[in-house]
Amino acid sequence: MIVKFSSSSLKDGRWYEYVVRFMLGGAATVFTGLIASGFGPAVGGLFLALPAVFCASATLIEQHEERHKRQAGLSGHRRGQQAAGLDAVGAALGSIGMPGFALVFAMMAQQSAPTAFALALLTWCVISVAAWWIWEQVRASLRSRRTKHFSAPSSKRADAVGTVRR
Amino acid sequence: MEYLARFLIGGLVVSAFAMLGDVLRPKTFAGLFGAAPSVALATLAITLWQHTAGYAATEARTMMWGAIALFACSVAVCQLLMWPRWNALPATLAALIVWLAVAFSLHFLLEANA
Repeated sequence: MIVKFSSSSLKDGRWYEYVVRFMLGGAATVFTGLIASGFGPAVGGLFLALPAVFCASATLIEQHEERHKRQAGLSGHRRGQQAAGLDAVGAALGSIGMPGFALVFAMMAQQSAPTAFALALLTWCVISVAAWWIWEQVRASLRSRRTKHFSAPSSKRADAVGTVRR
Repeated sequence: MEYLARFLIGGLVVSAFAMLGDVLRPKTFAGLFGAAPSVALATLAITLWQHTAGYAATEARTMMWGAIALFACSVAVCQLLMWPRWNALPATLAALIVWLAVAFSLHFLLEANA
């Protein structure tokens, strides 16, 4: 699977969608600050991984996909849900890198702040991209196994089914 | 003034990561940026400017439990969209409950024993 750059979704985006994301991001940061000053850094730290923007981004992806399908004369409701689901899979894979970010930052913060930020971000990137790559490899291998199974001659397929049943 | 700075910096960092996710394909790869540590970057930068490095390190340490909860929350969203076929908004709002439950359970279990 090759990672591609496509500016088409930026053109599809409406101005208020960017405003919503900006407001939610700003509000989440203010909220985290308020929690930390009210309940201390240990509870405040939990909220550094708050899925505040996830709500908006999943909804926007669903709406974009539905809009595309509606323009082609289809309902697009299920396609919208599937697109949001794929985004959620990506978010799950991205969150695998988050504990790495937190751990590296916690270890490096007292030595040098810029180094702590740079290394923590690099750790998040490496772990998340590696998790995504492994996920894609597993998916591709499962898909090819399924394709081979269904394209096999019927006698062989019956044998295979028999083997599984046995 | 401090909270205005938080709002502006947080909004900018979150929007930058969200736009990066918008221009990348496939969708699963773009989704990685939905879990980018954008709020963490903005908050920790302000924390370092206002408090000590030790304070920021404490925040980052407990962020690990929040991150594990984020994984559980993302998996919950995916399941709610695929099987009961919920829409994105109710699915993500329901998954926030999963996030809160997992984050606070881990915090109380692991920090209370530490």
